[in-house]
Amino acid sequence: MQLFIALVVGAAFGAVLDRIGATNPSVLGRMLALRALGLMKAIILAIGVALLLTFAGQMTGIVDVGHMSVKTAYVGVFLGGMLLGFDWALSGYCPGTGLCALASGRRDALFFVAGGLLGAFAYIQSYDAVKATGLLEPILGGKVTIGAVPGSKFGALFPGLPGDIVGIVLGLVFIAVAFVLPEGRAGDRAATVPAE
Amino acid sequence: MSVSWKLGGLMLGLVFFAAMLLVKPIGMSTEFVVFDGVIWDMINPDIVVVGADGPTSSNAYLNGVAKSVANPLNYGVVFVLATMLGAGVSAALRGAYGGGGVVPSLWAANFGASSVKRFAGAFLGGFIVLYGARLAGGCTSGHMMSGMSQTSVSGFIFAAGAFLVAIPTAMILFKQEG
Repeated sequence: MQLFIALVVGAAFGAVLDRIGATNPSVLGRMLALRALGLMKAIILAIGVALLLTFAGQMTGIVDVGHMSVKTAYVGVFLGGMLLGFDWALSGYCPGTGLCALASGRRDALFFVAGGLLGAFAYIQSYDAVKATGLLEPILGGKVTIGAVPGSKFGALFPGLPGDIVGIVLGLVFIAVAFVLPEGRAGDRAATVPAE
Repeated sequence: MSVSWKLGGLMLGLVFFAAMLLVKPIGMSTEFVVFDGVIWDMINPDIVVVGADGPTSSNAYLNGVAKSVANPLNYGVVFVLATMLGAGVSAALRGAYGGGGVVPSLWAANFGASSVKRFAGAFLGGFIVLYGARLAGGCTSGHMMSGMSQTSVSGFIFAAGAFLVAIPTAMILFKQEG
């Protein structure tokens, strides 16, 4: 059953990434250069919708709180994010969209994925050395959410705040930001996804 | 046909919610490690061994995914392959299979039409993106989308690092409109 869900939800994820232009390096590059923000608006709206449904679902008991999977906070998260950010801008691909682009017949994505497999392998090899630097030591409580989520096994950065309410408020904020953000800067080309 | 940001964002949000409701949050970059492990194990079968306590690896990092390497037909791997299938079929259905050329238009406008140059940029990009993602413990899907959707503090830290560098980099690299 889980494999069937993986097949259906995974395929839907890939199709949506394709239709919002996330697998197109030109669309991604224009978004990161802040010239065409249609994709940014879609991503922010998506996070808002997911936040709202997840925490409303938890409050009403529809969503199992046990499904939450919160990753550890450590200094390497920030450094790794910066490394990824640099070459995300350069190549126009992140791990997921690179694989999707490869499957969409983009030949440059083949080189991205090959480089990615090698980069992941380099990390496997350097893991002990990275660990020895202390960059992987938990900070801010490690696996924590912003507020305390009822029934969750994860801690909170602000234990006094109700985590589910925080999630819903944040979801509404994300949705509002998605609507307020301009699609493109004045004088620039329209932010629509080109047929390319 | 591409979709508007409203419909696209709503659908993307529903996909992330569906994954959370039914199984667990979406993540992609771990599977690069699993694929590496499968290839490595083909070359050197001693790297992941199945003992009394299940699959283990002599490599400390690979040990974390030893179970997936030993049995790759699992949720995470099938999810990634299905994502690729969905993207490929969707691109083909809107007549955009192949992306309309080897070199993306924005890249060509700024760095020229050389495919070798683009391939080198994409390869280097893949290397650093995945090294960074593994150092961070997740990528744009797992940390940023799934993480922030759960109000996870690490997700916000990751997004801050990624955009802090990605935005100025893109502004400097891509001055010409493609």
